[in-house]
Amino acid sequence: VSGSSAFVVTFLAAAVEVIEMVIIVVGVGSIRGWRSTWLGAGTGLAVLAVLVLVFGAALRAVPISALRLVIGTLLLIFGLQWLVKGIRRVSVNGLRGMGERSATAENVPVSGVDWTAFVLSFKGVLLEGLEVAFIVVSVGLAGQTLGSAVLGAVAAFVVLAGAGLLARGLVQRIPRSALQLIVGTLLSSFGTFWSVQGLGIAWPGNDLAILGLIGWYVLTAAAYVAMLRSGLAKKVQR
Amino acid sequence: MTLVLRWLRAFGRFWYDFVVGDDWTVAATVVVALLATWLLRGAGMSAWWLLPAAAGAVVGLSLRRTMR
Repeated sequence: VSGSSAFVVTFLAAAVEVIEMVIIVVGVGSIRGWRSTWLGAGTGLAVLAVLVLVFGAALRAVPISALRLVIGTLLLIFGLQWLVKGIRRVSVNGLRGMGERSATAENVPVSGVDWTAFVLSFKGVLLEGLEVAFIVVSVGLAGQTLGSAVLGAVAAFVVLAGAGLLARGLVQRIPRSALQLIVGTLLSSFGTFWSVQGLGIAWPGNDLAILGLIGWYVLTAAAYVAMLRSGLAKKVQR
Repeated sequence: MTLVLRWLRAFGRFWYDFVVGDDWTVAATVVVALLATWLLRGAGMSAWWLLPAAAGAVVGLSLRRTMR
């Protein structure tokens, strides 16, 4: 494997993981506020850097399946709770609340650390970062091109994290109630994907299955919103 | 000692709220569905579909329970 092929392979493979990381951080930050989300993401990156520096190539021995199972299960449980809240709000209020950011509505502490935002972004960054580190170590050591593999992963992180920062402004404009529904859908999709993968079960289509899961949760949410809205309309008519 | 106890209590409460939230049935369903997926895998079935199906169902049950 040449240096340039190692760069391209690592860039593309790492991009898939970094996209997931960025989606979680931007979604959580938009709902819960940015300070604790950045703190969680920064701590996740710091822990990741320490793990990479201390363990290096031995990182391949980390039980990634167990991590996927635990982190995926927690993300799924939390994502489903947000999905339920989002469906309820969109059914009752429609897409009102454009741009509103009410801390009390989400029980976000006014001062101090919001541990929910911290934990969600920390786990997302750490798990995805570890997966990127595995890709770098595997591609780099297999082809004796560790330098190019590291560069590929760093380039993927810089490009996609930059795109995430730019997208932040757009995400803030999404109606409040819809945003919770969207982030709940995404957390549930990633959580489902990782926890099943953590059990050692392969998804049909590998990483593409995430798109299928997002589609499944979007359809499920749309069906429940339609059912609840028609139920509420009947109540009003009575 | 009281500081440590208070911190431990807050730590426990945080994880309880994080996992259980408004409706404990969501967490319970996810755990049971994962267990069933693992058992089916042991029996030679690739049951990747079970968790999304259970998750979709429990969202409906949780909505029914919390909107009553």
